[in-house]
Formats: sequence, structure tokens, C-alpha cells
Amino acid sequence: MAALKFTQNTKNLQVVTSNSSTFENNSERMPLHQLNPDTWVDLYADYLFNFAVARVSDAEIAKDLVQETFFAGLKSAKNYKGDASERTWLIAILKRKVIDHYRKINSKKGKAEVRMSYSSGSDAQGDWLEEQVADPFSTLENSVIENEELGMAIQSCISKLPKKQAKVFTMKTIQGISTEDICNELGINPSNLWVMIHRSRTALMGCLNENWF
Amino acid sequence: MKIGSKIMISCEKAATICNKTQYEEASLLEKMKLRLHLFMCKTCSKFTKQNTKFTVLCEKANLQSLSEQEKLKMKQELTNKS
Repeated sequence: MAALKFTQNTKNLQVVTSNSSTFENNSERMPLHQLNPDTWVDLYADYLFNFAVARVSDAEIAKDLVQETFFAGLKSAKNYKGDASERTWLIAILKRKVIDHYRKINSKKGKAEVRMSYSSGSDAQGDWLEEQVADPFSTLENSVIENEELGMAIQSCISKLPKKQAKVFTMKTIQGISTEDICNELGINPSNLWVMIHRSRTALMGCLNENWF
Repeated sequence: MKIGSKIMISCEKAATICNKTQYEEASLLEKMKLRLHLFMCKTCSKFTKQNTKFTVLCEKANLQSLSEQEKLKMKQELTNKS
């Protein structure tokens, strides 16, 4: 059901199309979309990572799955027909990778049951403490699905922002780095930072507006 | 909306303070100035409302992201493979 709801939602989101033509497969039929692997990490890494984390609930494994997805995408780039957008295509690969992951761990330990374990997740990423307080068995509830959709929606909106704004917003809001540290790292002054935060927030609110406000 | 007084602030300033409030970085004086401004300015109160809701949504979404180093590493490995 989650997948169904998710696809309904993505219809409303505009898809980023790549403009460079690194991978031109057949020139007779002009494909709707083209692959541009150089931009994959910048554009889709966080998006795919969110998707993976929601399913394997372990940041390390999720990271590996995203990396594997990129490899697989590169390997089978010839088979890309250009009907779906790059992102949809990559998500489709990632879905297979997630399934493969569960198959692997289940066959290895010889257990048939897939159990979500929150406590094994590393504390390096995100606020896992809060997750632990919440009932770990509530994954089937609607709100969780909805929140995941929301996360994907926000993530795809972020990928549409100008690169620098996206970076500042991610560092500030998602990674929770202090204003001072961001300024030092990027070599900007605080008022500069707040202007960028303001622009990115306004843009994101506009982007989410249709679905979530 | 430019009144050269100390407690009256412009809409731009109000927006900045509002953004700072979202990250809990506004000082008490700033917050008071914002309150006063919101009392008079409909546009800014609407913006503040939306902005606050956006913060709530961001928290609810439990957003995750990879750090810059991790992305850089991914890029390198990707170029190695291709």
C-alpha cells in the first residue's frame, strides 16, 4: 500500500531532467530523459538515502545500498530506455537492492522473519533516540507512511534548489550544524547565511504547498 | 514599513528573525520585536505561521542526509568504476 500511495504522490512533483547527454543510447528515437551519472550523487543521494533508511533502518546499510544502486545504474545504463525519469529509474533499482538485502540477511541467519530493529542503527545519523522511544512496531501505521512520503517530497524539493542553498539548508536543518560552523566551513557571514536560509525555506514552502499545506 | 525607531522593524528583518526562531537562535529582544511586528503586519503573520508549520513538517519527516564527505567518497568510487 505504501508503494501505491507513494506513486500517487510523485505525480505531482516535477521531475528534474538532465540536460547533458553523456549517455546517448539510440539517436533515432529521441528519449524523453537521459542519464547523467556525474550529477547523480548531488541530485539523488539524499533522496535515495531517505528511501533506503526508511526500509532498512540502519544508516550504514542504507548508505551501502545507495552506493550499490549507483553502481548498478552505471552498469546497466545501456538498458535505460528514457521512458522514466532518472530518479524513478534509480528508485526502481534501489527497491530491488532493498529486497536483495533482506533476502541475503534472512538466508544467512536462516530466519524467515523480517524484524525492524532500531537499536542496532548507528547513532551517527539523525535522531535515533526519539525513534527508540516510539513504538517500534507501529511501522504499519498510516502516519509513518505519510511521514515517509513527506520526507521524500521535501527531499525532492531540496534537489530542485540551487546547489548552494540546498547545501546550507541541509546542513542547518537536517544535520543541525550550528550557524557558526556553517559560516566557517563555507566562508560566508551569518547574514549571508540567513538570507540563503530564507530563500531556500520560501522556495521549499512553495514547492510543498500543493500537497502539504 | 521603515520606521526609524528601535522597536519597529521592517518586514525583511521580521522574516530573518522568524527564520532564526525556527532554529531557536533568536534572542528574547528579537522575539519581542517580532511579536510586535506580527501584531501589525498581516503578511508577516501569515509567513510566520507557514514557516512554523514547515519546521514541524521537517521534524515530522525525520529527514536524513549523507554528509559531504560521504558524498565525495561516493562520487570518487563512482568515477573509479566508470
